[in-house]
Amino acid sequence: MSSPSIKLSSYRDQLFKGSRGDQDKLLRLTTTLYVGNLSFFTTEEQIYELFSRCGDVKRIIMGLDKYKKTPCGFCFVEYYNREDAGNALRYVNGTILDNRVVRTDWDAGFIEGRQYGRGKTGGQVRDEYRTDYDSGRGGYGKIVAQKF
Amino acid sequence: MSRRRAHEEEDGYDRLQKKRRRVSENQEIEDRLESLILRVGEKSTSSLESNLEGLASVLEADLGTFRLKILRILTDCAIRMPEKCTIYTTLVGLLNAKNYNFGGEFVEYMVKTFKDSLKACKWNAARYALRFLADLVNCHVLSASSLLQLLDNMIDTANEDNVPQVRRDWYIFAILSTLPWVGRELYEKKEAALEHLLVSIEIFLNKRSKKHHNALRVWASDTPHPQEEYLDCLWSQIRKLRSDNWAEKHIPRPYLAFDSTLCEALQHNLPKIIPPPHQDSNKYPMPWVVFRMFDYTDCPEGPILPGTHSIERFLIEEHLHSIIELYHLERKDCAAHLLNFPYKLKIPLEYCIVEVIFAELFNMPSPRFLDIAYGAMLIELCKLQPSTMPQVLAQATEILFMRIDSMNVSCFDRLVIWFSYHLSNFQFRWSWEDWESCLSLDSEHPKPKFIKETMLRCMRLSYHQRIKEILPANFSCYIPEKAEAEYKYAKEGAAALPGTAAAHQLVVSFRQKCTPEEVLNVLKDLPNPRPDDDPASESRFNPLKIDVFVQTLLNLGSKSFSHSFSAISKFHYVFKILADCEEAQICILRNMFELWYNHQQMMIVLIDKMLKTQIVKCSAVANWIFAKEMCQEFTKNYIWEILHLTIKKMNKHIIKLGGELAEAREKLARAESSESEDEEEDEDKKKPEDAEKPTEEMVERMEEKLEAAQGDQKNLFLIIFQRFIMILSEHLVRCDTDGRDYNTHWYRWTIGRLQQVFLAHHEQVQKYSPTLETLLFTQDLDPHVLEVFHQFVSLQG
Repeated sequence: MSSPSIKLSSYRDQLFKGSRGDQDKLLRLTTTLYVGNLSFFTTEEQIYELFSRCGDVKRIIMGLDKYKKTPCGFCFVEYYNREDAGNALRYVNGTILDNRVVRTDWDAGFIEGRQYGRGKTGGQVRDEYRTDYDSGRGGYGKIVAQKF
Repeated sequence: MSRRRAHEEEDGYDRLQKKRRRVSENQEIEDRLESLILRVGEKSTSSLESNLEGLASVLEADLGTFRLKILRILTDCAIRMPEKCTIYTTLVGLLNAKNYNFGGEFVEYMVKTFKDSLKACKWNAARYALRFLADLVNCHVLSASSLLQLLDNMIDTANEDNVPQVRRDWYIFAILSTLPWVGRELYEKKEAALEHLLVSIEIFLNKRSKKHHNALRVWASDTPHPQEEYLDCLWSQIRKLRSDNWAEKHIPRPYLAFDSTLCEALQHNLPKIIPPPHQDSNKYPMPWVVFRMFDYTDCPEGPILPGTHSIERFLIEEHLHSIIELYHLERKDCAAHLLNFPYKLKIPLEYCIVEVIFAELFNMPSPRFLDIAYGAMLIELCKLQPSTMPQVLAQATEILFMRIDSMNVSCFDRLVIWFSYHLSNFQFRWSWEDWESCLSLDSEHPKPKFIKETMLRCMRLSYHQRIKEILPANFSCYIPEKAEAEYKYAKEGAAALPGTAAAHQLVVSFRQKCTPEEVLNVLKDLPNPRPDDDPASESRFNPLKIDVFVQTLLNLGSKSFSHSFSAISKFHYVFKILADCEEAQICILRNMFELWYNHQQMMIVLIDKMLKTQIVKCSAVANWIFAKEMCQEFTKNYIWEILHLTIKKMNKHIIKLGGELAEAREKLARAESSESEDEEEDEDKKKPEDAEKPTEEMVERMEEKLEAAQGDQKNLFLIIFQRFIMILSEHLVRCDTDGRDYNTHWYRWTIGRLQQVFLAHHEQVQKYSPTLETLLFTQDLDPHVLEVFHQFVSLQG
């Protein structure tokens, strides 16, 4: 039986140090998930509570604004085994945490430095370019906000 | 690549190409056949009958080349798609009519599948195989008498002595669950033999023990729906079917349309099948209690919910359970298939689905899939059917709340966890006012406790202010405390405390990024409040040092879990120095509690971390939970979360060591056997695996490690059970002396928690049953407490 919920997505980390093949290999073995679309106010505690329901969480690393060092709407959740991480993809991905739909995906593994946003102003890239108003993620996208 | 001799290269290459072409052509045909077979019975522009007829012709033509493949695919379908049983038996029937030999081969194949499933303890597969064989009687592929012979053999197996009851029960269950398919045919052709079979089953059922029944109930009460033991229920359903002369309306029977063709076919006889004997390593399915929460009065106007003892109810439920089993890994598919149930127009589908899902969630001793899988399924169902599903689910929640007084503790926990999760996906919207009546109840009553515990869980998924917003004003007593640290050394009156000066000094040191040694230095002059010559204690630990260190360090890390974990990690050494014995470790826990008693989730993760980093031992946690000073917390859910995570850690450790040992033993055995073969080879030619090969000494050390760990595990269970026995006995004796009713809320929660330890960890606890029976659960114990132990023992009896 194919299991689409836990298939690798099309996303690949552009700053990954290694070949595409290396990254794919890590993605197929990893027990770490990327979690996105969080509000800036979502806490580590809330993430623990939800993701613990899929298995024992080894650690959570909050994604931070590179300059402000405050949460910027993503995190890494690492489990002890891949099956638990897979269950988070099956049962948590696309459901609600802190009143927002969370998105989860396989991650090749946390390395120091990857906890920082890569957007020019310090947050995530997507918050540079988006045009909508999102009160949980600092309001308007940075480029749009600058125009005001 | 195979070796090719030079002069044959040209021919070989050609042959290879031809073979490749043939293989890929064959592969294409095989794939096409597989697809046709898998899809028969699904939505189609033609009728099922014409599809079956067409497919039978196609397959007949291919029997020459693809016989084995077709056999395999059909058998796979029989096992993996049991709800399409009658479609595939019809297909086999048609093929048998065209090709008697193929029919015989298929029967052999299916019989082998049946026997292999039994041997491999794949019980559902075995039942589906048996069902298929039985239905083949309806298709004139098998003779009724040979099927009855098989069923009689299975009755003999059920009547064996000195084997676990769960084994014997399964054989009867398998027969009973097959009868809906073939009962009518047997009644028409072999009434006397069928009656004889049923009498034998009745005798068996009257003799069997049902001690496990109470352990597996979801509710202690049988009002409004009795919770029947599963075999009792099925027997009632079969008896009713029999009283209706086996006229069964639910199962589709395509073979009826082909009666004239099939009647012409020659039948085969089953070979004599003796079920494989019992092995001690066999694991049999656990018994269960049939979960019922709805009857036809709960459902609105429309199709009627079949009665509890109707065979339709059994068939529908089994079908829905098998859909969940098949699709539980893909929640969207699962919800879609459930809502696409083939006979949905005949039943109040949403009610059936909700009942089946809660049946699985509340299954005792534990659900077969993750709790969150069911929660996620229900959310998908609400998304797919927003006009009906949420209402049915709300109705179900209301019913569950109304009956929560008699719900067992394990299910109570699961309901809290599910409800809080569900609410968090729907903006915590709920009509709390409907539950106003519980405001007048004692706070330990299950109803108010449910609301309180749900709010605590909701707070973990949101935040304190949010909880204040979602509850109506008169429900404010259920708002949890703000989850904050209570650091006494920074409060008013701190000057009077003996550790304050050192605490403040420690804060400064921490801010200056001090080392563990520097921390010990700050603490070194703190006096020890414990008397010097205390004979009871094993060591000279200083509770004041522990107090100042633990509370200050953990307060420093109060910003988030990560901060606390980092703090613990940095000063792990200090923990180890200050707390070398169990008493001292309990002191650590006590101080953690003093700081964090309002943040249950923090305490849980801290204890988890301290167990993992071996700052505290499992036995310390267990003893701390049962300590007198914790009695106010005793009936709160988080305490039991802590106890169970502690037990699980120990269990996981044992399982891991056991696995490593088994692997090492295997490697050693293989290395030894290959060594004896290589004895004559050159000693210098060493194989690369030799470096990995474990030595005897290594294996021995692993064995010792496992033995020591098992000693710790046994000790942990002994502590826990002994403490339970002590407090329960004390309570029962006191009530007896004072002439009070013992059945207080506290008593019900506590005895429930005892039962929960047995059931949640029954596989591990089982190993120590004899010890528990000899040392703790002796005959002189109060019968109420002893009963819990006996029920647990009966689970795998």
